Amino acid sequence: MEFKNPQEELERFRSRLGVAGGFVLSCFAVLFLRFVWLQVIQHDYYRTRADENRISLVPIVPNRGLIVDRNGAVLARNYSAYTLEITPSKAKNLDAVIDSLAQIIDIQPKDRKRFQKLLTESKNFESLPIRTRLTDEEVAKFIAHRYRFPGVDIKARLFRQYPMGAYASHLLGYIGRVNDKDLEKIEQHEHEANYRGTEHFGKTGLEHHYEFELHGQTGFEQVEVDAGGRAVRTLARTAPVAGNNLTLTVDAKLQEIAEKAFGDRKGSLVAIEPSTGGILALVSVPNYDPNLFVDGIAPSDWEQLNTSPDKPMVNRALNGAYPPGSTFKPFMALGALTIGKRRPEQSIADPGVFNFGGHTFRDDKKGGHGVVDMYKSIVVSCDTYYYQLANDMGIDNIANFMRQLGFGQRTGVDIEGESEGVLPSQEWKRKRFKKPEQQKWYAGETISIGIGQGYNAYTPIQLAQATATLANNGVMFRPHLVQYITDTKTGKATPVEPRPLKTLPLKQEHIEVIKKAMVGVNTEGTGARAFAGAEYVAAGKTGTAQVYSLKGEKYVEGKVKKELRDHALFIAFAPADQPKIALAVLVENGGFGAQAAAPIARQVLDYYLLGKVPKEAAPADEAEPEED
Amino acid sequence: MLRRLWMKIVDPIDPPLMALAGLLLLLAFALVASASPERVAAQLVNTTVALVVMRIVAQLPPQRLMHLALPIYIVGVLLLIAVALFGDISKGARRWLNLGFMRIQPSELLKIAMPLMLAWYFQKHEAMLRLRDYGVAALLLLLPVALIAKQPDLGTAILVFAAGFYVIFFAGLPWKVIFTLAATAVAAAPVAWNFLHDYQRGRIMTLLDPEKDPLGKGFHIIQSTIAIGSGGILGKGWGQGTQAQLEFIPERHTDFIFAVMSEEFGLLGNIALLVLYSLLIGRGLMIAANAPTVFTRLLAGAITLIFFTYAFVNMGMVSGILPVVGVPLPLISYGGTALVTLFLGIGILMSIHKNRMLVQK
Repeated sequence: MEFKNPQEELERFRSRLGVAGGFVLSCFAVLFLRFVWLQVIQHDYYRTRADENRISLVPIVPNRGLIVDRNGAVLARNYSAYTLEITPSKAKNLDAVIDSLAQIIDIQPKDRKRFQKLLTESKNFESLPIRTRLTDEEVAKFIAHRYRFPGVDIKARLFRQYPMGAYASHLLGYIGRVNDKDLEKIEQHEHEANYRGTEHFGKTGLEHHYEFELHGQTGFEQVEVDAGGRAVRTLARTAPVAGNNLTLTVDAKLQEIAEKAFGDRKGSLVAIEPSTGGILALVSVPNYDPNLFVDGIAPSDWEQLNTSPDKPMVNRALNGAYPPGSTFKPFMALGALTIGKRRPEQSIADPGVFNFGGHTFRDDKKGGHGVVDMYKSIVVSCDTYYYQLANDMGIDNIANFMRQLGFGQRTGVDIEGESEGVLPSQEWKRKRFKKPEQQKWYAGETISIGIGQGYNAYTPIQLAQATATLANNGVMFRPHLVQYITDTKTGKATPVEPRPLKTLPLKQEHIEVIKKAMVGVNTEGTGARAFAGAEYVAAGKTGTAQVYSLKGEKYVEGKVKKELRDHALFIAFAPADQPKIALAVLVENGGFGAQAAAPIARQVLDYYLLGKVPKEAAPADEAEPEED
Repeated sequence: MLRRLWMKIVDPIDPPLMALAGLLLLLAFALVASASPERVAAQLVNTTVALVVMRIVAQLPPQRLMHLALPIYIVGVLLLIAVALFGDISKGARRWLNLGFMRIQPSELLKIAMPLMLAWYFQKHEAMLRLRDYGVAALLLLLPVALIAKQPDLGTAILVFAAGFYVIFFAGLPWKVIFTLAATAVAAAPVAWNFLHDYQRGRIMTLLDPEKDPLGKGFHIIQSTIAIGSGGILGKGWGQGTQAQLEFIPERHTDFIFAVMSEEFGLLGNIALLVLYSLLIGRGLMIAANAPTVFTRLLAGAITLIFFTYAFVNMGMVSGILPVVGVPLPLISYGGTALVTLFLGIGILMSIHKNRMLVQK
């Protein structure tokens, strides 16, 4: 219990007021020190952070370079279109958002599936297209309802377009959204900064190989943004530089005619300009429409392309390895001349069979071709002549000669992922097999190598390169698709292939022998029917490659399942004295080369040399069956 | 005639207090105009209402206030109980009571009712003050504070608690008891941690390391410190603060208006603000020192320190040295409720000052 003295009480109260006043001042002093710390000592740091807050560098994606053919026809270009995009991290319930969007704008199940696929492949903060190519009306409709859809926006984007559709798809390739693998490549080349904002990357073909040429230089805009990320005003701008344009060696019309000539058959054609190595046409059929990939391929389309037994996604020209069959014979003959194993006039009497080590190798023609010299061996495609020749040369001589022509090696064409094929030799067999008994090369195995069978397996582009080298009298070029790259800023064109690869040590007189025989093929031999009435002199060679060994039975086309039917081949160059084009054609399971492949070559040559367009660009009619 | 009317109106008004409050109000208009121009008109209405309230209260003699103390307190506590039972839930907290024609936030009433009640209580026991009386005062204090904290509304709970505590402190709570309580509070802090809501714990964690969650809980505090720091000594100029104008500062016209102030007027502006508050508080303490009765002394002292509490907690949280609680910057933040409460307090101070001689026995 306290008794109060009012005066004492007042004094005590006033002292407490003093304490309170002191407390107030010391608290304010703490605040003052805090302000000094933030506003004086740390000022520079916070000023920088405030600027980082408000200034945003917005990348401006450059226009991708164009791809045009040798005559300037556009094969790949860009167009601008509106897309409806959702940023998943900003939209709460994606399905509900898409459902209500569908009430305003047409959204197909296909669009939803594609969106789901993009969603699983992407980061959450990216904006992903749910619909592309909106009409003006759809854009207006959405804008009227925009407030209902946070995280959904209309964007103007550049799209890649391939005006030729499915034609040339295997050489052009396609672009798709950047994935982890692409990012790795971008990082490897230290292009991260330049790819800020870029959403697409070349996936295959030229689009992939020349990605860094086509991409261009990303521009930047310094924008003042508010806390919501909305741009308030532009502070500075560095314009983007469009990607470089590619001018191809390819002739688009020729390409289209060649692809049409195949009809619904599978196969490949590679046509090369012998004097430069420039590829005039590079066909692989079936083809596919690269436009499907541009804004994300629908899962059903993807499924279909990848599970089709016809394998439309495989570039047969570079990745299909086929036995060359009889198209190998001119090169065998050239090899024999070069290493001195045969003279042109040396003849054999062909009994129709060749016996070796207790095994009988048959000629196509029962009873044989009679007396056969080198010219005739090529013109009539005499197997027995080459069985003997292969045996006389030996496997390693064959391999060493063929290697110089590029067989069994990547040609270095400007598309990634080319296959090597198989150039059989003793060394190859040692490396290829594990068991010692399989590693040994048997002399009997050499015999069928002579007619392009056995272990032989080459890509169509290798065969075309060898043909072009022969046509060009042994001067060899790397086959290539791009003629020159044009810098869009300076307009300067840089040619891609200025010099020949090498000149083979061949004698011109030997080359003339082979060329003459190949001309004979098309005038009086296996190619004569396909080239009847040609207004130019074309050299050629037919070939039929066995897919399936019939073990002595007679091969009858109608009796064999389609996948097991022989591959038809044809190589050619024309005009024979001054070749402007050399080509190799392969028709998978096409049967006889003369019948299935040579007419395709004829259409291609007719167009390229004479400008003749086939009626309605129809598939090349098959010629009458003929011995090969 | 007009002159006499004017004299009659300004008669109870204390010129120094009014001048200081007026300067702060001018600053408030400048800042609201910069941070949220469309709200200037509404703020003008709020200010007018608050000044009318101040003028009316300034007219009331302290004895009238004393008679009102107990009824107001009881009504306030009953309303708080009603909120707990029937209150509207908004943003996860039960703070509002819907009376049919209007919604009220009874906790606001307690900011004034609490010091009134306790000042009245100590006046009653003026003659013989026993330790037990402090205990009763503590109970009168803690009951409403607990109800408010439970809503949950930590900011208001702190302000109400502080208001009551100041009364008890000025009434002469022995230093021994104060230090013991402080020591106990420090020791009990880990236990109290367990009673906090997750979001309250989060705010304390955020204070310790705001960069840990820069886009989430840390966003407010990071953006406000950037605003303050980037303002520098002279500031970026009125309407020129990028953090404020580009809306990086959240709640920039209400609880975080101090960040706008610091960014646009810099350290000099902040010093001016601290000086204005110090003078206002100094004037209040002076009024308390000259107040005639226990009731008026305690009330004046407590109300004055409420201004300090608002100012310190708000500037402390915006500059990142105190956790984020919903306390506005006194007389400056946009919003009618706090403004009316604060001017009610100023009115009480003026009334006490005007009546300092009349009641002295």
